[in-house]
Amino acid sequence: MLKRVHFGPSWLPFALVAPQIIITVVFFIWPASQALYQSLLVEDPFGLKTEFVWFDNFIELFGDEHYLGAFQRTIFFSFSVAFLSMTFALTLAAMADRVIKGATTYRTFLIWPYAVAPVVSGALWVFMFDPTLGIFTYTLGALGYEWNHKLNGGEAMFLVIIASAWKQVAYNFLFFLAAMQSIPKSLIEAAAIDGAGPTRRFFSIILPLISPTTFFLMVINVVFAFFETFGIVHAVTAGGPAKATEILVYKVFNDGFIGLDLGGSAAQSVILMLIVISLTVIQFRYVEKRVEY
Amino acid sequence: MAEIHLNKVHKSYGADEVLHGVDWHIRDGEFVVIVGPSGCGKSTLLRMIAGLEGISQGEISIGERVVNDLEPAERDIAMVFQNYALYPHMSVYNNMAYGLKIKGIAKDEIEKRVNRTAEILEIRDYLKRSPRQLSGGQRQRVAMGRAIVREPSVFLFDEPLSNLDAKLRVQMRLEIKKLQERLGITSVYVTHDQVEAMTLGHRLMVLNGGYVEQLGTPIELYERPATAFVAGFIGSPSMNFLDAKISEDGKKAVFPGGDALDLPGDLAKHANHRVTVGMRPEHLQVDEGKSETTSQTVQVVEHLGADTLVHGTFGSGNSDLIVRLKGIRTIGKGEVLPLAIDPRNIHVFDPDSGKRLDS
Repeated sequence: MLKRVHFGPSWLPFALVAPQIIITVVFFIWPASQALYQSLLVEDPFGLKTEFVWFDNFIELFGDEHYLGAFQRTIFFSFSVAFLSMTFALTLAAMADRVIKGATTYRTFLIWPYAVAPVVSGALWVFMFDPTLGIFTYTLGALGYEWNHKLNGGEAMFLVIIASAWKQVAYNFLFFLAAMQSIPKSLIEAAAIDGAGPTRRFFSIILPLISPTTFFLMVINVVFAFFETFGIVHAVTAGGPAKATEILVYKVFNDGFIGLDLGGSAAQSVILMLIVISLTVIQFRYVEKRVEY
Repeated sequence: MAEIHLNKVHKSYGADEVLHGVDWHIRDGEFVVIVGPSGCGKSTLLRMIAGLEGISQGEISIGERVVNDLEPAERDIAMVFQNYALYPHMSVYNNMAYGLKIKGIAKDEIEKRVNRTAEILEIRDYLKRSPRQLSGGQRQRVAMGRAIVREPSVFLFDEPLSNLDAKLRVQMRLEIKKLQERLGITSVYVTHDQVEAMTLGHRLMVLNGGYVEQLGTPIELYERPATAFVAGFIGSPSMNFLDAKISEDGKKAVFPGGDALDLPGDLAKHANHRVTVGMRPEHLQVDEGKSETTSQTVQVVEHLGADTLVHGTFGSGNSDLIVRLKGIRTIGKGEVLPLAIDPRNIHVFDPDSGKRLDS
């Protein structure tokens, strides 16, 4: 006979999960389904006439060089952000791992950027790199480099990448540090006795052993760069100059709310939705596989 | 091949001194064991030899070189860790080859050496596997292989057998001993298990609370323990300790109940002093009709097959006493066993300092 706890029919469990379900339905399921439906429609800018056009919006998107350009730009942007923030976080974590005195203080300071909202982070970098007021602009000017991200698309891209990566460093740092500290000390000692110096130990022992964390963070960072950088882009460049920093999430906003192409914008967000779903699947499918020590 | 000199080695963490001056000269090719209860500083001492812990004071030299300021890699040592510390992401072959690759040894030479070592340890069949796919005993062999393949001048073992089950431990113990004899490499072995220490070491260091209690061969430690701690630590079941007083003429130990035992020598200079008398369970034997020297009132009898352990109280007093008799004996509870002991097997210790008292 199976021994199991049985609960009688009751409204309580439903009441307990209801708030979460309501939030999910109102803020996620409903808008998502609206976007799905909207992506199959074409509407005139005044909202007077709506036509059901099946997949015309999607077909048009993939024939649109601006959209494909934004796609390429987003991929470049995302991987740059992920690479930059992860490399930097990894370096910091490797150094923090060796620190014994005041380790908690370092850690606390390094976590702070994560608490800063994306827009605020963007605003910080805008001020530092402002073509007329920025401290970095001034320094670069003194070194003979004229910085103006409002005119130079490459510089604008560089700036949004830096601002986004900076924001993500703290999060990556935490995970990398935790992963490093879970490696048994004796492995590092064994490698030291085997003659490996700190750099060699890092590349041949530590890095392979934290690879599950690295993979996990890569997915998380790409997702962040794809979807959560709207605030930073909006504050730093607003997609400019000449759409040089218009990444996919920003294009959804621009085309939908500025350009009033609601159907096309909805189709773009549906594509983004598919991307995030597939990234989530990858994450759950492969990241759960852990290395045993 | 190398000698190891420990010269007044101290270790402290802040104001906390954990090793209070260790002196030892380990000869070339010798197998020495550092033994003691947990927290006595034995692993710390080993890690200082390895270079994994700094030396607070004193000097350690391996061969001709003082190694105080050398990195572990420069000391020409190899170490086997308690948890084996195999690199989980590398195959057995790569685990063993890692140190050689770093040294910049040619590929075919590495292959030759790894294969030869694998042959010795009988792990050739596992070379392609990852450590995760091996059993505890196999991992242990790989860990030793990784140490041997580098042909260091000193082997360090940090409780390498404590993660194995009892049967495997006995088997590996023997293999380590044979291997050390065959390779003739100076080895330092740390353990808390006195049986391991006695069976493996040419010489032993007994550490207790950061102090060296005694240095010597296993036989010396067994026959002439320098302190009550060593006497109790070496041997199983451990030595019986009884409070007593030295008689006026210094030739007898008188126990509270009135019993008296002959002493090995003349302790007249300690006459009338309180002492601790130690007698090993296996040295007390049933007195076959000879003059009765003492007795034991039996409480519990344990049969081990080869031996019989008799627990009871000593003489007419009520101190606990364990006697180990050969073979299977039928002894009833409450029986009074007449016992005798050769005076040469009686150890006398100072009850305060624990030091051995000799004539």
